[in-house]
Amino acid sequence: MNELYAGLVDAFSLVLSGNEDLMEIIALSLKVSLTAVAIAALIGLPLGAALAIARFPGRGVLVIVVNTLMGLPPVVVGLVVYLLLSRAGPFGVLGLLFTPYAMIIAQALLVTPIITAVSRQIIAGLWDEYREQLQSFAARPRQVAATLLWDGRFELLTAVLAGFGRAVAEVGAVMIVGGNIEHATRVLTTAIALETSKGDLSMAIGLGIILIMLSVGVNLIVHLAGAYGAKR
Amino acid sequence: MTSILPLVLDAVRLERDGQQLIDGISLRLEAGPLSVIVGPNGAGKSLLLRLCHGLLQPSSGKISWASSRPAATGQAMVFQKPVLLRRTVLANVEYPLRLRGMARRARRARASEALELTGLAALSARQARVLSGGEQQRLAIARAWALEPEVLFLDEPTASLDPSATREIENLIRTIHGSGTKIVMTSHRLGQVRRLADEVVFLLGGKVIEKSAVAPFFARPRSAQARAFVAGELVG
Repeated sequence: MNELYAGLVDAFSLVLSGNEDLMEIIALSLKVSLTAVAIAALIGLPLGAALAIARFPGRGVLVIVVNTLMGLPPVVVGLVVYLLLSRAGPFGVLGLLFTPYAMIIAQALLVTPIITAVSRQIIAGLWDEYREQLQSFAARPRQVAATLLWDGRFELLTAVLAGFGRAVAEVGAVMIVGGNIEHATRVLTTAIALETSKGDLSMAIGLGIILIMLSVGVNLIVHLAGAYGAKR
Repeated sequence: MTSILPLVLDAVRLERDGQQLIDGISLRLEAGPLSVIVGPNGAGKSLLLRLCHGLLQPSSGKISWASSRPAATGQAMVFQKPVLLRRTVLANVEYPLRLRGMARRARRARASEALELTGLAALSARQARVLSGGEQQRLAIARAWALEPEVLFLDEPTASLDPSATREIENLIRTIHGSGTKIVMTSHRLGQVRRLADEVVFLLGGKVIEKSAVAPFFARPRSAQARAFVAGELVG
């Protein structure tokens, strides 16, 4: 118990002192996860809209597949990306393994199904409401998709931020493809795992506090966006 | 520009799960008179309107417009429960104009004019979905009117409105009719039919029982069902 208390005190002073290593780790975490989520949103939002609107054979199966992929274990994604990017793998020549790019790829793969599945559900609901009116306006499929994405923007932000929450808190994939290399690929989660195993609990707790603050911040934005959107 | 009217329905049927929802309707809607489709709930009024507008395809029979030019651009429809986009009042009216590729300045002018006509100009910058029920319905009509349709379909435009909002909507419908737009609307309120209609199409059980000018319809209904309906009895 004493150890935990001492750890907490150390952690707060570490956070407040603006320790340089710590700032570097936070910055890389944000950079990797934000980039991954941006890529996932660019793919997932239009894909979710298409799955909600379009009627084609195999659509039902595709929806089930995407929903299943939502629960992909990060270590498995890490392993697959590792195999693809390793020297012997098909993309080995790019030399991306153990770089932040590999981590971005892994997290984007992890988050895309989440954004796709959740946005499909949001847009399907909106489409139910708008369908006849948009048909009456003779809107083309592309126009329909753009309209629904825009009118669902506040709910869709929730989907994207949920994806960010998953990405930034995930440890298995970035550990495997990033390697937790100091000053290169060390992010919050991998650093916590390392510091804990080293026994440096104050550093681990400090990093943990920051991770929690990030997720509180994300949830706060989700809540505010929801409250703002409800007035529209 | 050639007219898309008359709209001719020839033995139109709509069947769902073995049920005849629209049961062999032949009907001719001409330019001019304000046509009101009347009948009790479940008579098929809304379905008939949707078939005419092209939102539903008939199971059999034919629905044809007079001219071969795409009829979609000559008609508009306002639904019983207005479907408003999560945008401002002005953006709602501009939206379908943008879909049709109208330039920004032209559509801004047209939308402002439509809002002026419907008395909503002061609310242009408000979010559409915070408006009152009557204002929402007027906005939906403004949006349809801005498309300058030759035919405007209105599905129970005053169904859930109080008397003063109803009066506003009815005045608006008269204005639009007066400007030369063909109105085809549904209603189950006899008072409203008397106030607005030139021509009545009486629908029951998916069939047209009577089609006549409004005065004879109320004075001397030809069928027993219409007599009962006009007398305010429950039919169906």
